[in-house]
Amino acid sequence: MAQYLIEMKDISKTFPLVKANDKVNLMVKKGEIHALVGENGAGKSTLMSILYGLYQADEGEIYIDGQKIVISNPNIAIENKIGMVHQHFMLVPPLTVVENVILGMEPRKNYFFIDLKKAASDIKILSEKYGFKIDPWTKIEDVSVGIQQRVEIIKVLYRGAEILILDEPTAVLTPQEVEELFKILKSLKRQGKTIIFITHKLNEVMAISDRVTVMRDGKVVGTKETSQTNTSEIATLMVGREVLLITSKEDQKIGKTVLRLEQVSAFNQHKYPVLKDINLSVKEGQIIGIAGVEGNGQTELVEVITGLRSISNGKIFLYEKDITGLSTRKIRELHIAHIPEDRRKRGFIADYSVAENLVLGSHYKPPFVKGSFINFPEVNRYADQLIKDYDIRPAVKENLLKSLSGGNQQKVIVARELQREPILLIAAQPTRGLDVGSIEFVHKQILKERSKGIAILLVSAELDEILSLSDEIAVMYEGRIIETLINKDVDKGKLGLLMTGVYK
Amino acid sequence: MFSSIINPDFFASAIRIAIPLALAGLGGVYSEKSGVVNIGLEGIMLTTAFAAVAATNFSGNVWIGILIAAIVGMLLGLIHAIVTVSFKANQIVSGVAINLFASGITVFLSWLWFHETQIMALKSLPIWGFRVPAPEEASSLIRGLIVVFAHHSPMVYISFIIIVISNILIFRTPFGLRLRSVGEYPQAADTLGVNVTKMRYIAVLISGGLAGLAGSVLSIEQAHFFVKEMSGGRGFIALAAMIFGKWTPFGTAAAALLFGIGEALAIRVQGVYTIPVQFINMIPYLLAILVLVGAIGRATAPATSGIPYEKEIS
Repeated sequence: MAQYLIEMKDISKTFPLVKANDKVNLMVKKGEIHALVGENGAGKSTLMSILYGLYQADEGEIYIDGQKIVISNPNIAIENKIGMVHQHFMLVPPLTVVENVILGMEPRKNYFFIDLKKAASDIKILSEKYGFKIDPWTKIEDVSVGIQQRVEIIKVLYRGAEILILDEPTAVLTPQEVEELFKILKSLKRQGKTIIFITHKLNEVMAISDRVTVMRDGKVVGTKETSQTNTSEIATLMVGREVLLITSKEDQKIGKTVLRLEQVSAFNQHKYPVLKDINLSVKEGQIIGIAGVEGNGQTELVEVITGLRSISNGKIFLYEKDITGLSTRKIRELHIAHIPEDRRKRGFIADYSVAENLVLGSHYKPPFVKGSFINFPEVNRYADQLIKDYDIRPAVKENLLKSLSGGNQQKVIVARELQREPILLIAAQPTRGLDVGSIEFVHKQILKERSKGIAILLVSAELDEILSLSDEIAVMYEGRIIETLINKDVDKGKLGLLMTGVYK
Repeated sequence: MFSSIINPDFFASAIRIAIPLALAGLGGVYSEKSGVVNIGLEGIMLTTAFAAVAATNFSGNVWIGILIAAIVGMLLGLIHAIVTVSFKANQIVSGVAINLFASGITVFLSWLWFHETQIMALKSLPIWGFRVPAPEEASSLIRGLIVVFAHHSPMVYISFIIIVISNILIFRTPFGLRLRSVGEYPQAADTLGVNVTKMRYIAVLISGGLAGLAGSVLSIEQAHFFVKEMSGGRGFIALAAMIFGKWTPFGTAAAALLFGIGEALAIRVQGVYTIPVQFINMIPYLLAILVLVGAIGRATAPATSGIPYEKEIS
């Protein structure tokens, strides 16, 4: 048997304008969890798409168990027991779990019909073997993201995969779901499966992997035993310079109260109470971090402050001025900036250019309009300036937002919002899905605003982010703020318990 | 008065009228389930209505006429598939083009081959099923049932079979599962080795073939002639039936029957009341609008219907 189960040798792949992989070598041992890390656009996903047969390499060879193979489409990868769990789940929402799992290799009865019963019982057996709890008959659209991911894993196992590629599997999960996933991965490893784990979260690399390969700009810059390395070494390899993983912040004078919520309650679209008697205030120069497991009212809290959701009870004040019930446009005109949690949905318009996205929300006011028309020379000048100031790459204002990496999309949003001279910044999951370099950038911008004396409400599912940035931490649980802590020697374990509603 | 309108003959004619709507609507179901919007159904029905009469008259065999209509329908479907699936052009534009093409080509060929725009079909379909018994031979219930269900042209029975088979095919076979998956989330299907392009071609071809059968029923069975623009928006009503039927074969057939009842009613009411005929003729179309406006709650279309599939390049 060969020393390595997977050998990818001198793989190169060029897309129009980009060399995505440049003579990449990746060696993976049988039965290990191998982390593949790098910033967005470093070429990780491209490399894995080549291994899974979605793309063809321009150059290079792939060996599985010492045998050279050509993987020209996913079917060949599947035949070689390679399975991939994609970052954006490849599940058909209106179909059931069992239909999704068997799609493409349906068991038949009487030649003509699908044998759904047999498939369902096979899935039950598989899921019990690895400790999943999955009802094969539910529809994908009715289950949580965590469960969907398990269905993806089952789908891969159902095809007999021995090698599992997971593309940023934790990006969409809550901390609890991440724990569950790690348990599953460890159980898979015990059964002898080989796992390639793509991520840019360094603590996950340390927690789960045996070895780690780091990519930057389409090249492999190092492969390490996880036990022989540490997060700052990996971060330096990834970015190519030293990175401040822990943001240090200076003391800041706290000023007047900017935002105040008084007994605010709200319902969701099913008339179910999602915010219950929220009292909260944010002062000048202060960062209030909202911690909590996702789905405990944080989204709705941001929505009521920004005027996207109406409240059933209570009042909202901005500098003692009642802003309850104002429209989103009116609220924005009061210089409240909002970095939304789901940037694809609410942060930008994917088919608009960088320049158009940068003036969105101010597009109806001078200097961006002249008479009834958009003043394009001014818009373009403004866009060029912001692209320079915020280092948006590529520095082309005509590019459509959808062609940018997640980090640069977020820079566009941050630039747009901060340029409006806010008095209050609402940052919801501002670094979700970003690589370390971009996270550092966003954190620096938030702290810069704080030092200008701006009031900041930070909502994040990342405990580390909350702990490193906030002055005070409010913990939300089931629509209430159940505890507010001064962020000084806060115990992470205690915070975690509060988030699950244990302390009360 | 009432019984002179609502009687077994009325329901029998509602079924006959519903057949082309159901067939074309079913074509829409196949196409849209795979992710391709086919508003060319209207033009395909018109072209094949002509093709059926022309082929019947040239060959002297009505079955050859129907077969040719189905083939012509599939050819038009093939054009739609090439334009929208392979070249990823806008599906609505391609459909409109087919409709405009149909208006022109049918008139042109009518003049070229027959020197007029109304062409009689020289042969028609037989009636299959039971003989309708005389009143003294059977009760009125039995007679009514026979009139409604068992005294029709073969195309009615063939359509019933096609509807049932389609429902099984779409919901209980590997083909159907793949069809639905490429319409909902082609990327997912692609990663599992399902050939999205092939599935969409097959679906659009079936769609054209079914619209072709619908067109042949329109001219050969119902009118016994071809006249220009005789499809009269039925392709669009078929699409309305598809939506009302929530993209399922049985649902679409039931919706088509509702529209059939509307049109049968319009025919019956003419001359009975002193309502201008133009208003009466609006009944099926008004019904279509009312139905779509939401008597049925929200229906969800296949998620990527209308969107060409492109492999993502990062």
